[in-house]
Order: sequence, then C-alpha cells, then structure tokens
Amino acid sequence: MTKRFALGIFDDEDVLLHAVENVREAGVKIYEVFTPFPIHGIDDALGIERSRLPIAAFFFGLTGLSFALWMQIYMLGFDWPMIIGGKPHIALPAFIPVSFELTVLFCCHGMVITFYTISKLYPRWKTPVLDVRSTDDKFVMAIEVNENTDMTKLTQLLRNNGASEVNQKEMSKF
Amino acid sequence: MQHVSPVREPLVTGGKTYHDVTQDVCRQVEAAPNIRWMAALSVALLLLGVFFYSVYRTLWYGIGEWGLNKTVGWAWDITNFVWWVGIGHAGTLISAVLLLFRQKWRTSINRAAEAMTIFAVICAAMFPVLHMGRPWLAFWVFPFQNTFGSLWVNFNSPLLWDVFAISTYFSVSLVFWYTGLVPDFATIRDRAKGPIAKVAYSLLSFGWKGSAKHWSRYETVSLILAGVSTPLVLSVHTIVSMDFATSVVPGWHTTIFPPYFVAGAIFSGFAMVLTLMLITRVVFKLEDYITIEHIALMNKIMMITGSIVGVAYITEFFIAWYSQVEFEQYAFINRATGPYWWAYWSMMTCNVITPQLVWIRRVRYSIPLTFILSIIVNIGMWFERFVIIVTSLHRDYLPSSWVMFSPSIIDIGIYVGTIGLFFTLFLLFAKFFPVINMAEVKSVLKYTVDNGPTYTGHDPHHHTPQPATTHGVPASASVNYDKHD
Repeated sequence: MTKRFALGIFDDEDVLLHAVENVREAGVKIYEVFTPFPIHGIDDALGIERSRLPIAAFFFGLTGLSFALWMQIYMLGFDWPMIIGGKPHIALPAFIPVSFELTVLFCCHGMVITFYTISKLYPRWKTPVLDVRSTDDKFVMAIEVNENTDMTKLTQLLRNNGASEVNQKEMSKF
Repeated sequence: MQHVSPVREPLVTGGKTYHDVTQDVCRQVEAAPNIRWMAALSVALLLLGVFFYSVYRTLWYGIGEWGLNKTVGWAWDITNFVWWVGIGHAGTLISAVLLLFRQKWRTSINRAAEAMTIFAVICAAMFPVLHMGRPWLAFWVFPFQNTFGSLWVNFNSPLLWDVFAISTYFSVSLVFWYTGLVPDFATIRDRAKGPIAKVAYSLLSFGWKGSAKHWSRYETVSLILAGVSTPLVLSVHTIVSMDFATSVVPGWHTTIFPPYFVAGAIFSGFAMVLTLMLITRVVFKLEDYITIEHIALMNKIMMITGSIVGVAYITEFFIAWYSQVEFEQYAFINRATGPYWWAYWSMMTCNVITPQLVWIRRVRYSIPLTFILSIIVNIGMWFERFVIIVTSLHRDYLPSSWVMFSPSIIDIGIYVGTIGLFFTLFLLFAKFFPVINMAEVKSVLKYTVDNGPTYTGHDPHHHTPQPATTHGVPASASVNYDKHD
C-alpha cells in the first residue's frame, strides 16, 4: 500500500529533540524518526517504551546455565560415570567454567537473534529509505499524511521547529 | 556543528561535521584500492602461502614435522595459541569494558580493535586444532555421541573448558562486532553508486534504516553485550591459564596465573591495537579520528597492565622461594640462569623495563617511539609464553628426561603464516568495511560541549507552537510504533 510522508529534515540532533517534543505537543502523530546515530533522550521525547530485551537476555542466560548443568551432570554423573582425577562424578566446581561459558553463549545469541527478529532486520536485496541522507548527517522526522492533511500548516509547524527542509515522499513498500 | 570546549581535549580534531565523518571513513571503502594496500596484501598473501604449505606438511607427515619431543610436548604451538588469544583480548576490552566505563574515546578505535579480536582468535584456534594432528576429528572436542558408545568429553579438564571458552568468545565477539557494523553498512549502502555495492551492502546492512526505536534497542543490546562480554573476556584467559595452572609441573602450578594471564593479554592486546592503529591512521589518513590523545591513553593502559605483569613475575619468584618447594625454586632459577636465560631476560627487558618509559610524557606522545614500543611489547609477550611453557617443561622432576627444544622450520612457518593470515584478514576488512564506527563517532562529536546543547535553528525568535489539530490526525495522538515497522 502506498503511503505518503511529510519529511522534516533537521541538521542538528538537539533541534530535532526539541522539535519532536513540540510537534507531539502540537498533536501531530510522528510516524518515525530516522537518525544517523542514537540520540539520548529521544526515547522519552517520542514515548518509546523501555526495551524488554534485558529480561529476554536474562532468561536466555538462565536457559544456558540450566542446559550446561544438566548436560554435565547427566553425561558425567549418570550416562557414563567415570572417576577422573579422583573427583566425584558430579564435580560441581569443575563444571563452573563450562556453565559460565554456556550461560554467556545462550544469553548473547538469544538476545541478538531476538533483537534482529523483533526489529525485522534481515539481509535483503534492496532497502527502501525515505531519505538517504538520514544515514549520513541529516535527522529525518517522518509524518504520515493523507488527502485531508493541511500541508501548509504541517510545513509551517516543522519549519518553526527548526526543520531545514520539508519534503514529501511516497513509498509503495515501507 | 563542531563545538569546542575550553576544558576538554576534543575527541575528534579538525572541526569535523557529521558529513565529514561519513566522507572520511567511506572514502577508503569507495575508492579503488591504492598501491600501498595492494603491496601490503601481496606480502600478507605470501605469508599466507607459507602458512598453507606448513599446514600441508604438518597434516601430510604428522606432528613429527614440528620440533616437539617427548619432554617438551607443548612448545611453539601453545605459545602462539596463548599469544594470539591474548592479543584478541584488547578488542573486547576496548569495546566492552570501556563502554561500561563510559570512556567515549573508545569510539574511534573499537571497530578495528574488535576486528583484530576476531582475526586473532581465528589465528589462535589454528594451533590447538593442528596440534590434534587429525583436525578432521576436531568435532570430538564437543560433547557429541560418538561411535564408541556413550563416551562423553571430560568436563573436568581445562582443555575442554578452553573449547567452550574460545568458541563462546569467538562467536560472541563476532556478533558484537557485526551488530555494530550494521548501521555503518547502511551508510555505505545509501551512498553506493554501483549496483553490486548497492546489493552487497544492502544484504550486509540487514535493511537498517536508523529509526529511533531500532537505535533504542540497539543501544540496549550493545550495553548488555558489553556487560556480558566483560566477565567473558576475563574468563577466557583465566581458563587458558588454567591449562597450565591446574597441572603439577613446577613453574605452572601457580595460583597467580589467572589474573597474571589476563593482565598479560590486555598488555599484548593493547600493544597490537597500537601497532595497527598507528599504521591505519597514516595509511587511511585518519589522523583526526585516531588522535595523539587516543594513542597516549592506550599507552597508559599498556603501561599499567605491563606493570601488573612485572609485579606478577616478581611474585612468582618470591612464592617459589617462599614455598620452600625445591622443584619450584629450581624451575625459577633455571628460567633466569639456565639454558633459556636469553628468553627470560628478553621477556624481562621487553615487558617490564621498556613499558616504564611510558611514564615520560614525551614518549607517550611520540608516534615513532610508541610504534617501536608496541612492537617490543608484542615480542616480549611472545617470549613470556615461550618462557612459561618451554622452560617449565624442558627440565621438570626427572633429570634423565631433561632436553632442549628448538623449533623446526615448519614450526616457524606456521607461526609466520598465522601472521600472514591475520594481516590478510585485517587488510580485507580495512578495505571493504568501515574501519571506524561512524555512528558512534558522530554521537560523540559534540561531546566536548560544555554549555549544554546548542540551538542552531533557522528561526531566532523560536517559540513553542500552540497545540493545534492537523487535519486527519487526532489531537494529542501518541507515537504509534506498533502498527508498522
């Protein structure tokens, strides 16, 4: 479905930050903000909720720890018990290194896979971008518009808040 | 948009704007390879050829091609393994530990340092795998059910801990590095002219668009990866040191090994980062990003870890004497005055004495001296591993089995070959990937602001607009992040 966007282009992240607050205060819904680097404070300004990835990471780590302990206890303690170096079959202190490494392994990979999945990031042949300068040095505020939108008013609002340009763009796939 | 603070030294010099950062970093990726790069790659490929030849000889004729004997069953292979793993540690340290400590200066060097980690660990992994003699059975180190029935790997063995430590370390470092690269690949993709570059960088960039929500998650992921990688990097070299410390060989059986090895790893790693950065900044004209301040800061870390290593050497000696174990005492006397005295004193000179020169400000801020120093430290740290491994093994409890070790030409070939492998990978990385993390450098470009954010809007009589209704959009609508992406 084709979508139409009004794009406010900003030159400075602090200007953008104020603009985001003001535009939202003015009752305009922001579709998305594209920036070349993370801007601190923009989460609050846009009302982005805190990511729950840390919770996911914790549980992935817990899975890794449980798996490692189960694996070592089952393999050396039950499936093929052997006395090695005079240690008991289930030598928990000797199991610490592998348990730690697998905790980290599961935690990191689980979290990173979750991050790519929920963000819908995957290798693709072509990436539609609203304004290619948003990965270089411009800060782009995208506002979805339709026929009823008063473009002059919106342009004025963005201009007053420090936008150096206001463009319109249509995107069939976005 | 460059703000200069009267208090702090700028992290990036030359009054760069955001666009300049993109230009300067992408220039290398977009331009045709220059003659110096081609020359360097040719040398690296030549050494890589040496590597392949030596590996072929090792696999075809067996481990007998190496200089090992019944007494010294570990020598250059494990020396090189520990050396390479140690070098890798600085990358994770810069990207993880310094991120947690909010050291903003890391941004200019973390990308190359992380790449160095990946390539150093690849080189390191070659040695234990080749030492198996039959690398096609390398999967036996993992707990797979095998053809002998349910015989499992020995989880009590530090060598198996190494398997888990190194493979976790490698894969986590790889993911950390790649996730950091994704936004920069997007920058290159959006600038790309040719169709091949467009498709290639689009695939590599995973469709990154830099939306605020993605950045927010990206930062969360980076922070947690850093938090988890910090104990990971300490654990890896601790476990490597346990390969020795859990044995009963005099000179190895030491509780000081884990912290001592970790310090040594960071020491040699920073030396290698310095070597690489000093070359990279000149070859790719990145003097404004990797400034003299960066070099001085890295020098300081190298000096501190070098001093820790020096204290560890002295402590080992003291404990050998204090323990009253005659075998321990002999092992250390033999190191300093025995047939390998030259290795021991090379190690002492390179690792304990030379880094102390960094206390002198003029040395710390001198590029040629830093370069020489970093090479000396790398040599010294190689000798450290050699001294620990070979001098402990060649004379242990049984005088009838005392021998000397000398490397064969294949030993040397594999070692020199891994240096070729490392530099081949690093040069390819430097050509096709952005060597400096553009996104992170841009985010610290205004770091030196001390008067708060600067407003440079076009309307000097800026006022907050009154809440107004835009047609088609309900008033006080919140940002909706759930319905699209």
